[in-house]
Amino acid sequence: MSSPSRAYGELAPALPLALVFVGAFVLPLIALVAISFYRTPEFLDLSPVQYLRFLSDPFSLRVLADTVMLGLEVALCALVLAYPLALVYVASGAVVRMILTFLILLPLLTSTVVRTFAWIVILGRDGIVNATMLSLGLWDSPARLLYSWGGLVLALTQIQLPLMALPLINSLLRLDGNLAKAAEGLGAGRFRVFFTVILPLTLPGAIAGGLLVFAAAATAFITQTLVGGGRIILMPSYIYQQSMGVQDWPFAAALSLIFTVAVVGIVAAIGALSRLMTRGQHAT
Amino acid sequence: MASSATMMQTTAAAPEARGCALALEGIGHSFGGTIALDAIDLAVAPGELIALLGPSGCGKTTLLQIIAGFVQPSRGSVAFDQQRVDRTPANRRRIGMVFQNYALFPHLTVAENVAYGLRARKAPGAMVRSRVAEMLARVQMTTFGNRFPRQLSGGQQQRVALARALAIDPVLVLLDEPFSALDKNLRLDMQIEIKNLLKSCGVTSIMVTHDQEEALSMADRIVVLNKGRIEQIDTPDALYDAPASLFVNGFIGHANFLAGRTAGARGLVHLAAGAALVLREATQRTAETDVTVSIRPENLTLFERERPGAIPATVRVAMPLGAVSVIECVLASGETVKVSQSRAAWSGQPGAPAWLGITDTTKIHVFDTPRGSPSII
Repeated sequence: MSSPSRAYGELAPALPLALVFVGAFVLPLIALVAISFYRTPEFLDLSPVQYLRFLSDPFSLRVLADTVMLGLEVALCALVLAYPLALVYVASGAVVRMILTFLILLPLLTSTVVRTFAWIVILGRDGIVNATMLSLGLWDSPARLLYSWGGLVLALTQIQLPLMALPLINSLLRLDGNLAKAAEGLGAGRFRVFFTVILPLTLPGAIAGGLLVFAAAATAFITQTLVGGGRIILMPSYIYQQSMGVQDWPFAAALSLIFTVAVVGIVAAIGALSRLMTRGQHAT
Repeated sequence: MASSATMMQTTAAAPEARGCALALEGIGHSFGGTIALDAIDLAVAPGELIALLGPSGCGKTTLLQIIAGFVQPSRGSVAFDQQRVDRTPANRRRIGMVFQNYALFPHLTVAENVAYGLRARKAPGAMVRSRVAEMLARVQMTTFGNRFPRQLSGGQQQRVALARALAIDPVLVLLDEPFSALDKNLRLDMQIEIKNLLKSCGVTSIMVTHDQEEALSMADRIVVLNKGRIEQIDTPDALYDAPASLFVNGFIGHANFLAGRTAGARGLVHLAAGAALVLREATQRTAETDVTVSIRPENLTLFERERPGAIPATVRVAMPLGAVSVIECVLASGETVKVSQSRAAWSGQPGAPAWLGITDTTKIHVFDTPRGSPSII
């Protein structure tokens, strides 16, 4: 229909962003790929040895698996916490909704560093939780909450919760309220209504939120490092350690690319699966 | 109390079980400070088809939600077969509800939609399958069992919604504006089909509508609601022939309202339009009372020549509507009047002078003119 020159004209406003994208993302990515194929940290000899090194090293594979696991666990926790929150939001009046919107958005308006330090204050050896439990006599000695896997999942869940809650609320708001009433009228109890009507019909929102939380939690370098501490090694800190610490840039580059492919691959796979599962309900 | 699952199984053996009697007593409901419903009393016999009719905002949908159990009334009681169900949640009331937009589950097939209520009651698999097949056959949708709702036309979706509601063998079927989403041409066919289906099931049914034709064609009795109160409960014929209020008269069928004033005890009424009528219904009123006289369009005849007792008028527009013509006239008082008569009986042109004759003065209704409305006499 439109001539090629006209089509280019319409794309012109996107040019500045495209230049930034190429300069700040595509070129470094190409550089990263190139670096990852050097054999030694001194950038000598091209070879895929860094990838073979990763694949044959149980420690490295374990770090990748732990990182993916962390992302999945945080996404699941966020999902379980966000559904009740979203249901309360949708059932509420205008004033309560406004307050909830503010509370949900508040973490997004705060710096990650600030939020993470708040968790250090809460979970630390002399933190709020330990101090409370000790003074109530419920615990004999301070528990190790900070620098633990559970503490890390908890902190990341809280920090990433908005990414889950917002798509979910959006999904629930678009759901026809009569569907739940129809199910209830047909004799379904609350749990049946939720699991047979509300959950399947809001699954696309839940998956969208889950993928955002997964990607954000798996790559959350600051929170992972500060709340997880030195004992928990995950891909972002592993890459940092190999590049800035050991100065083994080729291996760090290979780690970065493997991590990127893993995260993007899981996101794409889950996205494809959810589209397949919910195919029946969308107009063709 | 027996659980709904066991009740389902015991009654499933007799699918033609009759519907329940419904009794509403003193139902009132307020949203915030505004009163949505007030002093609603209604007794419905088993198997009866009742229409709740009224303009939007009259409270008819709220009343349906109260009967269904989705809304707790502020006052009054709801009883199914003399058993109060006020505290029974919607999922224990054994009601079949058909929603305005049908509310079919978009992620389930037609058969799964119909099976939903049976599965929710934990009916055994074999029974679910046979009941679904039976219901789909009843609504002539057998070949559509594996389709998704979005693949169906509006009429087909409505059939499925009805099959889903009837599958649980409800004691009461509630229909919320069931025909408003359908094409006008399809509407009458679906009304006949659904009326037959509900009657053959013998289930008690309550439908909500703002469309008087729908209510007149479907219902055994019509409850006319206005501003949260019942104006009249009667059969369609009685509502039309003997409306209890000016509102009902205007809402059911077409009516011409003419201002008048009584003169003497024998029922003499002087119309603002310049004629005097002797009306039976005016005899109860004292002289010099402002009244509104209601004459149906089909009770008027237009003449091209003056005759005794006829009201002078000017034809404004004539609309041929197939079997009849509707002719709008302006009277000397400025009031407009619609006349409905056979097309052959009138050949006059717009602008022509004409005289309005009344076919049957006993069918004219007289109401007190509401206070505060402007008198044109």
